[in-house]
Amino acid sequence: MFKLWITIKKDVRILLRDKVGIALMFVMPILLVIVVTSIQNSTFQLVNKNKLPILISNQDTGDASKQLVSALSKIGMFKVLLTPDTKNEALIADAMHNKDAMLGVVIPKDFSAKVSAKSKHVAGKAMNSFGLEGDTTKNADANIDPLTIYYNPILQESLRLSVKGALQSALQMVESRETLRTLYYSINEKQLSEKLENEMLNNRTTINEVPVSKDGTRRTPNATQHNVPAWTIFAMFFVIMSLGGSVVREKVSGSFIRLKTLPTNYAVGLFSKQITYMGVTMLQALIIFSIGIWLFPFMNLPALNLPADIGALVITTLICGWCAVSYAICVGVFADTQEQANGFGAVSIVILAAVGGLMVPSFAMQGTFKSAANLSPMHWCLEAYYTLFLENGKLKDIAGNLIALFTITVIIQAVTYLGLKRKNLI
Amino acid sequence: MAIAETYAVNINDIEFGYPDNPEVSFTQLNLKIAKGERFGLFGPNGAGKTTLMNLMTGLLKVNKGSISLLGHDVNKHNNTVSKLFGFVPQDFSFYQELSPVENLEFFGAWSGLNKQQINQRIDELLDILGLDDVRNKQVQKFSGGMKRRVNLAIGVIHNPPVLFLDEPTVGVDVQTRHAIINYLKILNESGTTLIYTSHQLSEAEGLCEQVALLDDRKIITQGNIHSLLKEHQHNTLEELFIDLTGKEYRD
Repeated sequence: MFKLWITIKKDVRILLRDKVGIALMFVMPILLVIVVTSIQNSTFQLVNKNKLPILISNQDTGDASKQLVSALSKIGMFKVLLTPDTKNEALIADAMHNKDAMLGVVIPKDFSAKVSAKSKHVAGKAMNSFGLEGDTTKNADANIDPLTIYYNPILQESLRLSVKGALQSALQMVESRETLRTLYYSINEKQLSEKLENEMLNNRTTINEVPVSKDGTRRTPNATQHNVPAWTIFAMFFVIMSLGGSVVREKVSGSFIRLKTLPTNYAVGLFSKQITYMGVTMLQALIIFSIGIWLFPFMNLPALNLPADIGALVITTLICGWCAVSYAICVGVFADTQEQANGFGAVSIVILAAVGGLMVPSFAMQGTFKSAANLSPMHWCLEAYYTLFLENGKLKDIAGNLIALFTITVIIQAVTYLGLKRKNLI
Repeated sequence: MAIAETYAVNINDIEFGYPDNPEVSFTQLNLKIAKGERFGLFGPNGAGKTTLMNLMTGLLKVNKGSISLLGHDVNKHNNTVSKLFGFVPQDFSFYQELSPVENLEFFGAWSGLNKQQINQRIDELLDILGLDDVRNKQVQKFSGGMKRRVNLAIGVIHNPPVLFLDEPTVGVDVQTRHAIINYLKILNESGTTLIYTSHQLSEAEGLCEQVALLDDRKIITQGNIHSLLKEHQHNTLEELFIDLTGKEYRD
């Protein structure tokens, strides 16, 4: 125990004197978690609260286009900005830039007339199907000119599809209203009252959004709940920037060789490094979670809610930290220089994070990438954290993830041992 | 056990080759170093001095033959043997982020000393090697000579009966060299066997009593330094060295 204690003291001293390493292990991840959460939160608010600015160039003067604009406003997703009749594409782009809108919609000339003609045609066909006399010949070929959507290329595919869906919904509302009015008039020879029209069109089934959780609670996830656990994992793996380099320095300086001549098993040295740096990973998690809980509300960010099963959270963090430390030692053993350890370490962590679902959710991945996610320890840790943070799961719910994470860690340790043997370091 | 009492190191018919570099190999190499000697192992670059030292300290394992240290086979009694020798490598093989005290504390513990023994040895060594004033300063800020003394102090923290030194004075000024050599002589007078390599042959003449010249992984001559100079009719070890190993570059 004396040797282990002295070795831990040595490792802690070296760690505390590595100012750059400390900055990389603590300051960088903290900045990352604050910046990414802030950005994602503002994106979340853009869609859900602030509304997406949309520029509409209405070249039509009829009633249907006005209804369309009104329907778009009522969807709640858009902040509608009207621009004068603009026929030139470049001018629309300019107008979009000037008004800071990511989207532009051009309603074509004669839109209302064509919607009306199409509605009469559809209503006539409906009348005929009822056995009544309806006019289907006139304007049978009436086709409504398409609406054109201009979008800023930086807009993500998923958001564009949402916008397109919302526009189609608004269009369908306008067309249905017109058809209903025409049909009603054909049957009753009087105008449909506004009250009945609204009842017929708006009496839709509402949709309730319910976040699924393991314990039945209904806590709505937010950017903080998603980002803090994810970037905490990233931070833990960032210990490679200090630990990987430290192992390389030991090799390059010849300390490893000297230790090999002493009557103490190098397992003591490895054990000490793991205890020391697991302490670092636990401290990182503690700091980042604390920032999420107490600092975020002062930054107008949602506060982090800790899972109900704190024990499971501690166990997950410990195993994830152990895996991160094992990986850092492994890279340090195989790297010949500190530059190699730092360069490979940083890039490999980003790749493991990307493959593991920290940047793109793994459920959205396809084929090979989905399988590759299973090889990333970050994936299993993230799954465990999400089960705890987003679904309020318990230890039994994440047992599978922890076993996978543990297995990967043991494999990394075995590879490290082989590397030490192969390089004649133990 | 008679061998154990007589020889600090006894190398018997060893064979060794690096798996990835079979050309660097020893065959049927024999060497005996008596207890209490100041033994110098010399040779041009690439002669095999460091490899032989690594074999003697158990860092490398022989393919055939045996090496015993104070009667213990180095490849079979690793933990017992480890307590019998100290090793001062050519590189600064310690933690530059730590102070001399912190380094000695760590290496002392790994050498099997308890806390009290460590503290006692730290005070002794830092005083003898002139490092007491900088005992708590980080070694990375030290001069080359001070680092050499820290390197040496770590090698002798556990008072080993045999001390291996791989170029312990390389890159230091005259004062530090004198201090180190004088300290090594004091150690030897107290019973420590010194096994030493260096390219500083004039320095070696002043320290060593027995020498072996190694070239191309073979011992080309060995014996008492004065007897060898007389036998080969040279005045200095350097002349003898050039005579036996040639003047060509040997990297």
